[in-house]
Amino acid sequence: MSGPLADLRVVELCSERGAWAGKLLADMGADVVKVEPPGGDITRTYPPFLEDEPGPERSLYFWYYNTSKQGVTLDLENEAGRDAFRRLAAHADILLEDRDPGVMATLGLDFPDLQPSNERLIYVSITPFGRNAPRANEPASDLTILAGGGPAWNNGYDDHSLPPVRGGGDQGYHTGCHFAVMAALVALLHRDNGGRGQHIDVNMHAAANVTTEAGTYNWLVARETVQRQTGRHAAGNPTMPAQVRSADGRYVNTGVSPRRPHEFTLTHEWLEELGLLEQFHAAALLPLGAEREQFDLSKLPDDEDLRAIYGAGQEAMACIASHLTAYEFFIGAQKRGFQVGIIYSPEEAMADPHFIARGFPVEVEHPEHGRSFTYPGAPYKFEKSPWSVRRAPLLGEHSDECLPE
Amino acid sequence: MTRKSGSGPVAADGALSHLRFCDFTGQLAGAGATRFLAAFGAQVIRIEDPVPEGRWDILRGNPPYIDERRGIDLGGAYNNHNVEKLGITLNLRSERARELLRQLVGISDVVSENFSAGVLDRWGFDYEALKAIRSDIIYVSNCGFGHSGPYRDYKTWGPIVQALSGLTFGSGLPDQPPAGWGYSYMDHTGGYFMAIAILMALHHRNVTGEGQWVDLACTEAACTLNGPALLDATVNGRPLRREGMPHANRSQFPHMAPHNIYAAEGEDNWIAVACRSDEEWQALRELIGEPWAKDPRWDSLSGRLEFEDELDRNMERWTRRHERFELAARIRDAGLPATAVQRPEERVDKDPNTEGWGLWPSVNHTAIGDVRVDGLPVHLSETDWRLERGGPCLGEHNDYVYGEILGLAPAEIASLREEGVI
Repeated sequence: MSGPLADLRVVELCSERGAWAGKLLADMGADVVKVEPPGGDITRTYPPFLEDEPGPERSLYFWYYNTSKQGVTLDLENEAGRDAFRRLAAHADILLEDRDPGVMATLGLDFPDLQPSNERLIYVSITPFGRNAPRANEPASDLTILAGGGPAWNNGYDDHSLPPVRGGGDQGYHTGCHFAVMAALVALLHRDNGGRGQHIDVNMHAAANVTTEAGTYNWLVARETVQRQTGRHAAGNPTMPAQVRSADGRYVNTGVSPRRPHEFTLTHEWLEELGLLEQFHAAALLPLGAEREQFDLSKLPDDEDLRAIYGAGQEAMACIASHLTAYEFFIGAQKRGFQVGIIYSPEEAMADPHFIARGFPVEVEHPEHGRSFTYPGAPYKFEKSPWSVRRAPLLGEHSDECLPE
Repeated sequence: MTRKSGSGPVAADGALSHLRFCDFTGQLAGAGATRFLAAFGAQVIRIEDPVPEGRWDILRGNPPYIDERRGIDLGGAYNNHNVEKLGITLNLRSERARELLRQLVGISDVVSENFSAGVLDRWGFDYEALKAIRSDIIYVSNCGFGHSGPYRDYKTWGPIVQALSGLTFGSGLPDQPPAGWGYSYMDHTGGYFMAIAILMALHHRNVTGEGQWVDLACTEAACTLNGPALLDATVNGRPLRREGMPHANRSQFPHMAPHNIYAAEGEDNWIAVACRSDEEWQALRELIGEPWAKDPRWDSLSGRLEFEDELDRNMERWTRRHERFELAARIRDAGLPATAVQRPEERVDKDPNTEGWGLWPSVNHTAIGDVRVDGLPVHLSETDWRLERGGPCLGEHNDYVYGEILGLAPAEIASLREEGVI
């Protein structure tokens, strides 16, 4: 079995901004040829390193973003290198590049240069502000994309003397790459349907701007500015806390609190089971929630009793959470139908029994090191054309096969 | 290629105008996926339950609103996530409705949904049933934990997905609880993965002729986004849960300093600065022009990292005295990435890079009127996107879909309405 893109050839000239897009295609079976300069892509110098020893084949950053690709080296500073690149592009379905605006044109490798010898080429440019945009030439990084593009304004703490928070894991780059892949696949289906190739201009700053939920549309629709809050949605008006420290010191998200009559009964029973009924100050309000025929949250601003009952439900969940371990609370609440979650660190998520049962953590062989390492697995399970993964290419590993004279 | 081009109230010349979706998605994690496809002309027929007036999607009828009017057709978020879709109602408790659904599946390329696992099965429309109706159907389900495994019956929404996957934890400052994401990053991004899955499955069908089921577990998609910090744990045994971590405003991979969000002049005003090299530090030092900046400890990255707390305190003493937009522009002129942390109104109404891109198109919604929505951050040279029509009112396209597409006579449609089937 092989992935849904097994018939595709992709040429990738990407570094930190665009490599995620190439990985998403490569893990689904596309033959992605990553073109690096003779000394290797700069991300081979990025930490973390295997056993903390730097080296071009030891960057876990490079490993993470370049799985399942083939690796070739080309010196695009000289004509022979550019010729070889043109030959690769002449037989490619998709070209991904993340160079600053103008660089590819200067090299003579822009879409208008390559399209005449390959009408079917889908040429995807991933840049911080889009190629044809007023701010196209400004310097940018993941931090400034997320801070200037909207997400950071939403993230942080109730205490506004603490700064807005970027969010970890280079999600500004990831989001741009998601749109790059989505758009490339739209262009591919257009081609499947008889159309020709085309150029796609991806704007990472715009991608962040349309990935902030109410942060954007509350302004667009109602001219309301949301304000950041600890561990929950930024909002126009403050909402109740949703994050609680559990008995083992880990945090949980208490999620959607009781809002249906039977959920108040369940909460009351759970408190009782845990022997917490006596010490929970608002226990008497829970049966009142159970007696209500329905719970219309839109009435909260006008109905003081409803507000008190709703608040008691939320506080009851927080009380229970603080008396259990994070895992006990998560399982106990979910079994009762409440949407709550443990705030796992990334490595703890990989060890969770659900993900293990579904085969999510995968072992990737690194023969040079005589062993395998654990990577995150498939983002989606395709029944007939599954995701698969190989380790990232060594520097120039596939130059001989992929660059025939 | 199910749909005849050139018919109906959806653009006929888009890249995806030949495709029809039988769409049960809602909220954002699902609706966001088919929204993207509809922007390229796909005929997305969104099916809603008439009994609770479509409210299994809690966004229907919820704020924000453009004016004082309230009601199930006036929710701003629902409109945003459902632009360019057709909306029909169908009460699947009735056998007549299930027969209509079978007809619709029979002429659709894709069935898409983001219910909790098992909902579609209970109505009798699991993948096996869908395949029996149409052998090459593509079925893409998107839920928090997927359709197998110990948590398959557990429920999630964006913040829970983010919590379980490590993304909430990764977004925080030292000695503070997790800050997390102030919105459902994984509802947006779950939708992106869902759109990718749908498009890939369609290409696979184009090549091989076969359809398939794609089981998308949003928590797993989220786990893939943790980045190299995850391999640092699995390969080097260095967990992200450790003293002094995470520090999401600094940069570990690669190391950069100064790299942070600093207070600027005024109330709750902030500026982000990223210094990527020693050369950039020299340029910044010249711009700062204060004695502390000349300290030779800052000349090398290793020095800047070793004394990063002190460096950041100095930086903030400097930035605090400046207007953030003006200072960010001067830092950028020196060659470093820098920006004001923009408020919604600043990036939407005053940033030439969004307006100039056409990022906030105005759509016409039958009940709401003209209203701006999120555009797309891509432009395609041959087949670009188009967003003109607002999200559907409840059952707005019943006559068109049941009449023009399924061929029912007006009297039949009237009786479906009377019997509560639609």
